[in-house]
Amino acid sequence: MNGFWAILARDLHLARAESGGALLAVQFFALGVLLFPLGLGPEPGMLSRLGGGLLAVMALLATLLALDRLFQQDHEDGTLDLLRTSPAPLWTVALGKALAHWLLTGGPIILVAPLLGIVLQMSWPAIGGLLAALALGTPTLSLVGAIGASATIGARRSGVLLALLVLPLYIPVLIFMSGTVTAAETGLAFGAHVSILGALLLLSLVLAPWAAAVALRQIGE
Amino acid sequence: MAPGDGFSFQFRARGLAGARGARWLFEGLDLDLAPGDCLVITGSNGTGKTTLLRILAGLLAAEEGRVEWQPEPPGEMVRLHYLGHHNSVKGALTVGANLGFWRRLAGGSDAAAMARATALFGLDDLLDLPARVLSAGQKRRLALARLVAVPAPLWLLDEPTTALDTASGEAFAAAVAAHRAQGGMAVIATHRDLGFEATHRLRMGVTE
Amino acid sequence: MTASTPSSEQPAVRGSALHRFANPARFLRLSRAVQPWLLAITLPCLIAGLYFSLVKSPIDYQQKDTVRIMYVHVPAAWMAMFGYSTLAIASAIGLIWKHPLADLAGKAAAPIGAGFTVIALATGSLWGKPTWGTWWVWDARLTSVVVLLFLYLGYMALWNAFEQPQRAAKAAAVLALVGAVNLPIIKFSVDWWNTLHQPASISRIGTPAIDPAMLTPLLLMAVAYLGLFLLLLLVRMRVELAERRVMALQLARSRAGEGR
Repeated sequence: MNGFWAILARDLHLARAESGGALLAVQFFALGVLLFPLGLGPEPGMLSRLGGGLLAVMALLATLLALDRLFQQDHEDGTLDLLRTSPAPLWTVALGKALAHWLLTGGPIILVAPLLGIVLQMSWPAIGGLLAALALGTPTLSLVGAIGASATIGARRSGVLLALLVLPLYIPVLIFMSGTVTAAETGLAFGAHVSILGALLLLSLVLAPWAAAVALRQIGE
Repeated sequence: MAPGDGFSFQFRARGLAGARGARWLFEGLDLDLAPGDCLVITGSNGTGKTTLLRILAGLLAAEEGRVEWQPEPPGEMVRLHYLGHHNSVKGALTVGANLGFWRRLAGGSDAAAMARATALFGLDDLLDLPARVLSAGQKRRLALARLVAVPAPLWLLDEPTTALDTASGEAFAAAVAAHRAQGGMAVIATHRDLGFEATHRLRMGVTE
Repeated sequence: MTASTPSSEQPAVRGSALHRFANPARFLRLSRAVQPWLLAITLPCLIAGLYFSLVKSPIDYQQKDTVRIMYVHVPAAWMAMFGYSTLAIASAIGLIWKHPLADLAGKAAAPIGAGFTVIALATGSLWGKPTWGTWWVWDARLTSVVVLLFLYLGYMALWNAFEQPQRAAKAAAVLALVGAVNLPIIKFSVDWWNTLHQPASISRIGTPAIDPAMLTPLLLMAVAYLGLFLLLLLVRMRVELAERRVMALQLARSRAGEGR
């Protein structure tokens, strides 16, 4: 697992050296959420009803933003060649990158979400459900996103293309994250929703690094 | 295999054929490298030097043929260094941090090799500087330092001496000599006179 | 050390790296042989199917004539799924066995499958209007089909996103397989979502209980669509091969012109 720790440490180091660039995603998350009361009107009750789904969708979009740079830099400066010729298995590299990505996007999103929940006048149980949903959902988003990022290295319009590829794959996570919030409020089937989110996370933990490694191997040129 | 023992691997290619996109570049290529060998590849641009190196490195799939090691090196061992036109240097990290990352990636902690590398390429005074303030020549020296800091039996180098001044060129030649003395092998594509003798030469782009 | 660079006088074979495609003779011969048979099956089935579904089949008690849209809609939805399966299998063969025609088959199949998906969506919408009063209904099947359409579009976009077709092929293949694994999960989630948000009575666009008189036209149309899919697939693959051969010849000409 040398490769995993080396890549994780380096990516976090690089993010810190960029001083603030890494936190752009969570700023986008907050800003995006704030657009909705402005667009829809601050009618009491409506925002709190929409809150869970809204925050889930914004979490998806914010996670996407940071994804297309995931491998791009390494590809451009030759580090990807290095990673591919090193003895470290590529799936550990992909896993390390996905974890670094989550720590820099999903993590801050989870921290900021309760504040935004209050702003959207969500109830405390709903906010609790939201935290559970994001805690289990955002790592899955980073993992699945890594597959898309590895497949689009060097592609034209890779940012938009990545979104087009990855958003359909995000739909199950979206449905269950939003469902978890509702379930937390109504008290029905909360366990079921959380279990399914957990299952999706486990599935991606096992499959996503491997799929990303397959995509990384195909780069050629 | 402890560091300092030297390498005793042979590297072979049989019937390699390479293409770049839709262009067929070479076919029927055989290579035999023994410990201490150095193959220099020459040829004008577009003849497939880079493609060949990348195929040998495993970064690009050959259209035909195969590459083999005799004996097969253990999985955790660093088999080869590929150095292309890019330096793989992260500007935001210090010189020392860059080298540290490369060493961690290889799983090794051979401090002696690291010290030798920085001394040979004159990086000892630059270790704390962020790599982005280095000149092109200094960045290339950092990239070359990786070859010495992380021992590996095969070096695949594409124009390694670009942007190097004479002194650094000599340091590079010394590094190659030490590597070969240890049983290492090198395949170097270059336009320039490297200042040492190769055991084999291959000229690309010539029809037989 | 020995090596040889191919001379430029043999453009079609060794002069181009696409030699694997330059003479896919077996495939071309096979497809030419199969085509008339496919046509012979597809055309009658299509005509008979249309006749039976639009004219002769019984009208539904509740939906009256609009149920006839089902005969166009349901097989189209089947073909949308079949198309993606073809894509996924072709991708798997391309990645595992690296058969060059596999990637090509995937690329050729995608727009056809996407086309059927659009037909399924459009006819589903047309069916919904008289039945439920709205142009769109958020039922589980239609929603899944929309997601399927985007999976197709993403796959097709990947093919166009790279300079080198081989790179595009591999990237698209990986995504196709990831999409295939995801499809049952998406279907499951959308069904779940649907039961959470819809009253139970509108859980799917009413597919009437299948009466044997309805089965015949449905199957006829399904066979016709399948034949159409395969025909279009073969044609598209041949066109693609011809395009690549043209490219290879052009490249060989330019190299000969350079003088070596």
